[in-house]
Order: sequence, then C-alpha cells, then structure tokens
Amino acid sequence: MKIAVCVKEVPDPTAEKRIDPDTKRLVRSGENTLNRYDRHAIEEAVRLREGAAPGAEIAVVLVAPASASRTVDKALAQGGDRSVHLADDGLSGSDIVATSRALAAVLARDSYDLIVFGQQGSDAECYVMASAVAERLARPCVTQVAALALDGSSLKVKRQVETGYETLEVSLPAVISVSDAINEPRYPSLPAIMGAKRKPHEVLSLADVGLAAGDVGVDGSRTHVSALSKPPTRGDSVKLEDDGTAAEKILAFLVERKVVA
Amino acid sequence: MEAALLTDAQRDVQDLVRTFAEGEIAPHAASWDREHHVPLDVIRRLGEIGLLGVIVPEEHGGSGLDYTSLCLVVEELARHDAGVSVAVAVHAGLCVAPLLRFGTPTQQAAFLPRLATGALLGAYALTEPDAGSDTASIRARAVRSQGGWRLDGTKTWITNGGFADLFVVFARTGGAGARGISAFVAERGVGLDSGKEIPKLGLHTSSTAEIVLDGFAVPTDGLVGTENEGLKVALATLDGGRITIAAQACGIARAALEIAVSYAQDRSAFGGPIARFQGVQFPIAEIAARLDGAWLMVLHAAALRDGGLPHAQAGARAKLVASRVAVDAADVAVQTLGGYGYSAEFPAERCYRDAKITELYEGTSQIQRLVIARSLLGDAARG
Repeated sequence: MKIAVCVKEVPDPTAEKRIDPDTKRLVRSGENTLNRYDRHAIEEAVRLREGAAPGAEIAVVLVAPASASRTVDKALAQGGDRSVHLADDGLSGSDIVATSRALAAVLARDSYDLIVFGQQGSDAECYVMASAVAERLARPCVTQVAALALDGSSLKVKRQVETGYETLEVSLPAVISVSDAINEPRYPSLPAIMGAKRKPHEVLSLADVGLAAGDVGVDGSRTHVSALSKPPTRGDSVKLEDDGTAAEKILAFLVERKVVA
Repeated sequence: MEAALLTDAQRDVQDLVRTFAEGEIAPHAASWDREHHVPLDVIRRLGEIGLLGVIVPEEHGGSGLDYTSLCLVVEELARHDAGVSVAVAVHAGLCVAPLLRFGTPTQQAAFLPRLATGALLGAYALTEPDAGSDTASIRARAVRSQGGWRLDGTKTWITNGGFADLFVVFARTGGAGARGISAFVAERGVGLDSGKEIPKLGLHTSSTAEIVLDGFAVPTDGLVGTENEGLKVALATLDGGRITIAAQACGIARAALEIAVSYAQDRSAFGGPIARFQGVQFPIAEIAARLDGAWLMVLHAAALRDGGLPHAQAGARAKLVASRVAVDAADVAVQTLGGYGYSAEFPAERCYRDAKITELYEGTSQIQRLVIARSLLGDAARG
C-alpha cells in the first residue's frame, strides 16, 4: 500500500500572525514549523501502515520553499518513510488553485492508493486543499474523517458533519482529510528525529513535475487580495475579573439574555 | 534567545521535550506537587521517546547527542516540573555520564542500552549523613569478598533513590581521606534498600531517599575507574552535573518569569494592568536580563564540556549564578502576584519552594565559590 501524506509548513503558531501590508500576504519570515493538523494525518497513515502488508510506505509530500527542510524532517520523524518536496521560487504567491495544481502534479508522478491531508492549515485556516487536489486527480474525496478502517480495496470512514457523523465507504485510490479528533499523534522519539535526516529526500522543481512558471505563483492563481481590514471591535463585550462572584455574574448575564432559564 | 546558538539537532531536542512537557507534564504538575506524587510513568515515557538516552552513543541505543542537548532537556522540563527535571539530570548527568567516561566496555554494554530507554533508571549515591560537602570523609565501606565486593553503609539525599534500578555508588576501599574511596556500579539487589523518603520544602515530585547498604554484593567488574581513586570519578562527574543543575535553575527561573509577566499583564489595579507600574516592571526586567546571562553561562559550560575542554570552573560559575537567579526569579514571581503568590492555588509559590534546592545540591553555592576562588587565588586560598 502506498500512502501519501500532504503536509504544510506554517508560521510558528505560538507567534503572532502578521500580514505584510504591501504584499497582503502572511509574513512567513519567522520561525516555521509543521502544520499541527498534519500530525494527525501522518499518525493515521502510520496506523494504516502498521496494519497493512509488509512493504507499505508513507511518502510525505509538500510544496514549500527549499528552506523547509526542518519541517520535512519533523514529518519524517513522525513516521514518514520518504519525502517528496516541490521547492521552486516560482511557487511564491500561489493561492489554493495554484497550490492544488502543484500538489496534484507531484502526486500524479506516483500511484498512491491513498492521499491523506490534515483537516486544515493553521496559517490561512484553509480546509479545501484535499477537495481541490482530489478534483484535479479525479479521485473520490472524503473530508473531516473522524475514524477509518481499511477493508480490502476500499476504506470505511466515519465523517464528522455538523449534525453528527456520516458513515461512508470509499474505493481506493482516494483522497481524504482527517479531523484532529481522529487520533492522538504519538510523540516522535529522539532516535526517530535523528533518523529522519537519513531518510530519502526527493527535491523537485516545477520542470520536474511538468509545470511552467505561469501555472503557479501569482500568475497561476485565480484570486487577488484587494484589501484587508480588521473586523470591527465588539463594543458590548464585558471582561470580568474573578473576585469570587464571576460565576454569579455570568449566570445573571445569561439569564438576562434568556440563554438559560 | 538561544535559537541562534543551537544546532538543528539541538533545536529538534528542544522542540521534542517542549512538546512532551507541555502535553504530558504541565497539566499535572500542580497536582503532583500537592500530592507529593513522583510521576514514574512519565519518567519512563521520557525513556521511551529517547529523552533519557540523549547523551548515550548510538551504538548503545541512544541518540549520541551532546551535553548541551541534555541541558536543553533539563531546562525545558524544569520549566514545568523541577522534580522531573532533576530525575533526568541525575539519571543522565550522574549515572550515564560517569559510565561513559570511566566505565569499562563491559559495563557500558551491560547498562547503557537499558539506561537509554529508561528500562533502567539511574542514581548516584555519594552523600552520607556525615559527609555532604566534605565528600572525602564518607564512611560506607567496600571489602573484597568472593566474586567481588561487599558494601555496607548508609547514603542519604539520593535523588531517584526510591525507585532507581542502577546505582553509581561510592564506598571506602582504603584508608581515611580522599585516596581511599572507590566508585562502583551495580543494579539494585539484595542488600541495597531504599530507606525513608526525605520530606522536603519543595521538589515534591522527586524521590529523595536514604539508601541502606547491608552486605550489598557488587561483582568484581562493578568497579568504576581505578580502585581507591573513586573521588576523582565523583568530582569529575559533579563538574558536569553542576551544569545540568544550572540548566534546571534556568528552567525554574524561566517559569517564574513567565508567571510574573503573565500576571502583571492580566491583573488590574487602580484602573489598569499592574504591568504599567515601574515597581512591577523593574524586578521583572532585571530577572529577564540576569536569566539571559545565566543561560548563556550554562550553554558556555556545556559547550566546553562538549569540546572536551576543562569545564569545572565554567560549571561552578554557571551553577552559582543560575541558582541565585532561580531563587530571585521565584521571589519576584511571588511578589508580583502579591497574596496570590503566597497561595498554593497559584504556581509562583511552587517555584519559590523548588528554586532553593539549586543552591544546595551538587555542591552548595559556598562550594561553588570555593571552587572558583581556589582557581583564581591558587595556594594562597588554601591557607
């Protein structure tokens, strides 16, 4: 079984997000790291590999600047067997349309039985990359998977929706995104972290995957950010200092608004 | 601050221990402290993910990293739980380290793989009821017996003493004084018993026990280093151990600083956050600056050790400075929180209780000053 886990490098989530007023893009020049939602995707792939026939492998796939090598190592330490890294200066400024095109081109080079995404990116909070890539690869797609089981050449999945759960069966090859409730990712061991650097790393250019500069980056994107503004502040918010009466005040607040009786 | 000074591998270690500590230790540290609970399961899990084998060479199942990496582990753990941090500091700095430097290939092959994974947890048994700073006066005896040695005596203040599986233990094999002491390594067995846990001001999540040696049999190949030259093993080990205790002190200080900063930003008085008062700002600023200095001293001492250079002086200086910063930082945290700082329902008082030990164990601050002064003043300092 061949599994691809698509991962993303994001700005350190403990640092404040900043947007460059000139480019209107998220500033990514600080500390970057592995998107935390992708750890659940890798963990689920590792569990599938553990239950699969010998020879199953997990490729970590990403579109990111060449400087993302530490993020690649983190993903491999988490359980990936090898990495496929599309790193090309021409990718800068890619939106979802362009990035999904690039990812699909990388993924199309191999015959993966299953392509797994985390539920979202913690930088732009985008949930749709799995669907976009599935569309380009003409594969079935299930998002927000909260539980899964491999059943021969298909996957039985429980999908988290607003009203509860859907139980679906999807034939392989397929694309899924997993919710962050699907598992508790294990801590990578220190030997695994050290060993990650020795795993196969494949670094590709746009030409390697058959794309031209105009297919990605700003030219290949379909969205343009015209302006950005902060949401209006909430004028009616109340901040309580707990002097021992906070619970009573909150209850009174909720009763007054008929939230509780 | 230190990111520019660390290698990728060191940053990887720091990331791992930070993630683990925030997920598995921080949520429980206050209740463990309250209940005097030694989280042995968590310490063993540190072994499972390789954090007890940081300095164990890869051929023995460890990660083969440097002492700086160990200091990063200890510092980060201490930020959340000083007791867990000292368990690791002693296991690696005082049990693994002397085996690496003085152990025979047989001893290394026998113990290091299990120490690396936490299958064996280590301790260091030097101090006795009447021999603390005056290590040359220990009275525990080792006499030759059939197949090895037989050890008798009492050790005290043994960190990890209540649960450790492997002991680096010192006993007298010759005459009185510094030259009659030998070092041994042996697994817990008949004749080695953990005595009472010592009630302490702080560090409630650490086991600090008496060890009673009553005919404890150590095989011939349990001797570490040369017979009657065990004090060299002891002191050389402590030269490195002090660096990890300095790292622990920095971790406690950082926790205290973070508590003070967070509270000063959130607490309102006289119409706004108390952070706008210089009386609150200046102590915090001073601690932040002193902590940077102490941490750089730790990294410097560790770098010297990693480079195979003399590090006794740098370690003593780092411990002297860092331990005082920890005590003062905890004091600032308590003072910043005011009455809440004195409350056991807030974390500042735990830092206050935990910080003091860093000025006491692995050489009191007076001993550190002695080491530094003798180095500077030579024979004139010995009177």
